[in-house]
Amino acid sequence: MPAEKLAFDFSVSGTLCLNLSGEWVIPAGMPSLKEVSRQFSIRTDIKRIIFTIATDFKWDSAFIAFLISLASECQHRKIDLSIDGLPQLAQKLFAITAKLRQPLIVRPALQEKFLERVGERTLQVRAGAVSVLSFLGEIAFAFMKMFSGKAYFRWEDFILITRRCGVDALGLVSLISILVGMILAFIGAIQLRIFGAQIYIADIVGIAMVRVMGAVMTAVLISGRTGASFAAELGIMQTNEEIDALKTFGINPVEFLVLPRVLALVIMMPLLTIYADLMGILGGFIISIGMLGLNPVEYWNHTQAAIKLNTIWIGLIHGFVFGIIVAICGCLRGMNCERSAEGVGIATTSAVVSAITNIVIATAIITYVCQVIGV
Amino acid sequence: MAETVIEVRNLDLGYGDLPVMRNLNFSVRKGEVFVVMGTSGCGKSTLLKSLIGLKEPQRGDVLYCGKNFWLASETELEKIIRSFGVLYQGGALWSSLTLGENVALPLQLYSDLSEEQIKELVALKLSLVRLSGYADFYPGELSGGMRKRGGLARALALDPEIVFFDEPSSGLDPLSAKMLDDLILELRDILGVTVVVVTHELASIFAIGDNAILLDAESKTMIAQGPPKDLLASSRDGRVIKFLTRGVK
Repeated sequence: MPAEKLAFDFSVSGTLCLNLSGEWVIPAGMPSLKEVSRQFSIRTDIKRIIFTIATDFKWDSAFIAFLISLASECQHRKIDLSIDGLPQLAQKLFAITAKLRQPLIVRPALQEKFLERVGERTLQVRAGAVSVLSFLGEIAFAFMKMFSGKAYFRWEDFILITRRCGVDALGLVSLISILVGMILAFIGAIQLRIFGAQIYIADIVGIAMVRVMGAVMTAVLISGRTGASFAAELGIMQTNEEIDALKTFGINPVEFLVLPRVLALVIMMPLLTIYADLMGILGGFIISIGMLGLNPVEYWNHTQAAIKLNTIWIGLIHGFVFGIIVAICGCLRGMNCERSAEGVGIATTSAVVSAITNIVIATAIITYVCQVIGV
Repeated sequence: MAETVIEVRNLDLGYGDLPVMRNLNFSVRKGEVFVVMGTSGCGKSTLLKSLIGLKEPQRGDVLYCGKNFWLASETELEKIIRSFGVLYQGGALWSSLTLGENVALPLQLYSDLSEEQIKELVALKLSLVRLSGYADFYPGELSGGMRKRGGLARALALDPEIVFFDEPSSGLDPLSAKMLDDLILELRDILGVTVVVVTHELASIFAIGDNAILLDAESKTMIAQGPPKDLLASSRDGRVIKFLTRGVK
């Protein structure tokens, strides 16, 4: 600490003269108030503080902050603080800030008791469930209006969103699906090689990809890519009061904003699922032929034989359901977003997390139902 | 005559092939309130961005106390950047931090002051902008005018020599706008800061402007320079008079 900036002079009885020199500015750092306080403890006869300044004394608002702390300490100890020896502008700034200073306003207490928290959380869960149900109802109603030609639905938006969530995602879906197909082929090969049954890799990769893996992997990707973007877009529109503007023009925001997004994803997800299935099979094919030395024709015949029409339908149902889940999670979180940057972040995260959770739950339900009905 | 703190020479601004402003030449003197005037969309904000290092000019120089901003070395650049503060249109307070934390952050980053000293300094800056006591509030809990003043407290955190204001009165009621204008003058008088204000609010221009330039969207250059009241009284350019009288004359 640059203590040489501050010297103490006790030559006048009962008076502490603070000799200030050097730079009392933000970049240069400041002596601590404790150095002055220590003098109060040593010399209990101090009744007055005065200042003298050296020619090299420079100051900025950090010095005024020091002065305010010192004034507060002096007031506490009933010591008279005389600032006459300071530069005029410093005296003026000190007087203004001292006058404007107010005690800290206490924000409403955020801490709640345990039972209050439980109650609050329960009400939030209930409100959340009501909000989800009412949103689903609004979407269903908007769809009915659309089919009867009464909804405010912009086909230009629908085509743009369809392209963004479909065609623009092909690269990423290809990469991930090929890699998943390769991984399945590798894992299958390790076990099947023991029995000399490597050719059944084709069955494993084909069935796994087409029945569930293609759809699940695509849905996870799309929830991170498209679902998050839906939440962020609608969240920012909420923050910018664009959704309020739609309402004041009598335009239902669900019809205008949510409907094209849900419809686009519901149509594109099954198509992306089929594409992911093919890419996954290609990944398995590459590994089986290139690294495991299987016959390509035999591999293809096995794949064709293993994949029944039911398997394809189950995969498509997965894709369709996941499309609904990702679109609704993204749009719901975006529409309910709080009007701040933090709110948009929370909405985006929440859209992805809730979509993936619901995808896993839906997969379990569909798998169980298929098991029960024997397909 | 006071020393020149900012000098703009032959400045051309644009976006790709789209020119925004051509051949700007002006200087800002220490301790004055300098106003950049012009109609909406004429390039005022682009000029401001170029002055504060957010947009590189297509041609020309911006000099801070003789140092060329766009050609400065890393050390010089850091020194120049520390010499100014900016109040953005909406305040631009970081929403995840309290008002006090917003003002404290630059001090924590660029000074060796203790936490206690920073806390005291934050309280001082907030009291200067009439927000004393609101340190624990988040930006979302403050009104638009309070957020702007909070942004100003943050801009003043490191005691800059120059403070830039981007449309300070926009979105404020007349009383809040007047309060901000008074604050600008008070800061100039007490802290001795040089103020550069980008605005088209005539009341503010005449209330606070010591010197001004008027940018014209059609000719894509500045068409007037001088104290606003003098321009109104003596300019013979119809475009200048039209702007300064709201098209009445």
